[in-house]
Amino acid sequence: MGNPIKSHAFEQTSPAWAGELQSLMEAYQQAGGDPASFQMPEVATLAVSGDQVLVSHDIPGVHLYSQPLEHGVRVSVVVDDGTLVKHPVHLCFGVLPMEGIQRIEADYQIGNGAQVQFLAHCSFPNAVRVEHRMNARIHIGRNSSMSYKEEHYHGLEGGVEVYPYSEVTIEEGGQFTSNFAITRGRVGTLMMNYHIEAQKDALAELVTKVFGSGDDHIRVEETIHLNGENAHSMTKTRIAVKDKAISEVTTITEGNAPRARGHMDCTEIVRDQALAANNPIVKVSNAQAQVTHEAAIGTVNRRELETLMARGLDEEEAVDLIIRAMIRS
Amino acid sequence: MTQPFFVVEDVCLKKDNRPILNHINLSLSEGQIHVLLGVNGSGKSSLAYTLMGCEGYTSESGRILLDGKDITHTRITERARMGISLAWQEPVRFEGLPIGKYIELGASESKREKVIAALEAVSLSPKKYAYRAADQTLSGGERKRVELAAIYAMQPRLAILDEPDSGIDALSITDIARLICEMAKHNSAVLLITHRPELVEMADSASLMCFGSIIFSGSPRETSQYYQNRCEPHLNILGSQPWQISLNNS
Repeated sequence: MGNPIKSHAFEQTSPAWAGELQSLMEAYQQAGGDPASFQMPEVATLAVSGDQVLVSHDIPGVHLYSQPLEHGVRVSVVVDDGTLVKHPVHLCFGVLPMEGIQRIEADYQIGNGAQVQFLAHCSFPNAVRVEHRMNARIHIGRNSSMSYKEEHYHGLEGGVEVYPYSEVTIEEGGQFTSNFAITRGRVGTLMMNYHIEAQKDALAELVTKVFGSGDDHIRVEETIHLNGENAHSMTKTRIAVKDKAISEVTTITEGNAPRARGHMDCTEIVRDQALAANNPIVKVSNAQAQVTHEAAIGTVNRRELETLMARGLDEEEAVDLIIRAMIRS
Repeated sequence: MTQPFFVVEDVCLKKDNRPILNHINLSLSEGQIHVLLGVNGSGKSSLAYTLMGCEGYTSESGRILLDGKDITHTRITERARMGISLAWQEPVRFEGLPIGKYIELGASESKREKVIAALEAVSLSPKKYAYRAADQTLSGGERKRVELAAIYAMQPRLAILDEPDSGIDALSITDIARLICEMAKHNSAVLLITHRPELVEMADSASLMCFGSIIFSGSPRETSQYYQNRCEPHLNILGSQPWQISLNNS
């Protein structure tokens, strides 16, 4: 990586950007984040507004590097071998104007025997025409674990196009957990694409929850290769679409090694003129591997509705409660 | 016993042109516990759904009256808001819906206190269960208790309990009996579908259903005796029945 910008602590943010940081923190809060985390020296933090790194704060064992790009930033996160990170690393990405492009090229290197959690919030609260591209390459070392929780807020206009792309390699005994959610406001366009390679005894869990409305378009593609002996994976997808929103989910799990186990679980709730599709693909190339899937697409279960209506909720309230409970759990 | 506030008059129900309920008559007063007996498939649950106003269970003829007002064609939500509620025999699971939130739905006031009191009433620790989801991770018995807690928190004028005891261990039956008595003490009428002698005993009145009709009404003792003498000998015709009703001193 050439000319990296290293570790701006939040205290060092240029006064010229102080107002921007304040606005970004407000947006961060709208996406569900807690700005107080950015004031805690023991918490590693990174905040990027458009193509500007406003905060980059290291802690022992966690190193953040960044480098400007056209319309974005290249970010590198390195967690040293054996580092057990006590507090989640807080990441904030946002575009505050109504229009803009943000491209994030991210590399995560999680050393052997390390444990780390990330809390990422992406906020585009005023978006009328915003494009956000996140290309992440994640390498999880032997016997390490990484949890990545990502929450988005795209405002109420639906003018956001988001392209999260991740390539994840999990070495022997490693664990990767991803929780991705857009459950408030509009989605706009979401084109999500994850590729996971799991080695021996590795574990991958992907949870995706999205609530689409208007003319939102949601596409989720997840591919998991269980290449190592005893590798395990689980994908859980919960999507609700209403109005004229479209949801397309494709999950592929390959069991390529002895005792590899994969499961795919997808539920999509459809209302109004919305459209949902689910395409689970199971590939098994080893006789001792097993991959299973379950999928349910349709309207809200009548019994669930009537149970809530028998408590006094009207049908709309009952549907809303069922959907929100499902995607926010 | 006060005057009946809930009256079922000559209600008939057909599904797919097949008679399900035939000329059902029933009335309930405040604080009354009325037990509904009958073999599997006799129409007890169908009657419960009809009284609650579930989809597909609108009576073809007859009337359902609440305080003299005809509610035969009102929807389930309106009936619930008027004070009628139903605990299903097999309660559904709600992914992600906290138990506390579920219980407080029907409670009109002091919601947090109601949740705590309702969970304690069914012997579930509020600390352990209030924030847990009412989902697949609950056992059948736990889910049943949550369902009863939700009804208890509502303090409905009429609680329809469809086999609240099925799949519940013997120890829990005491909890359920106590809860039902508590509800009746607070003036809720309880229409209880059950086969458990312990619960039948505590009722004020009972009816026996067979092939969609109420064929006998009287005291719980008379009704269960009628069942033993007249129905049990014909169980091979009426349908399978894994339980027996026998009251003390009968």
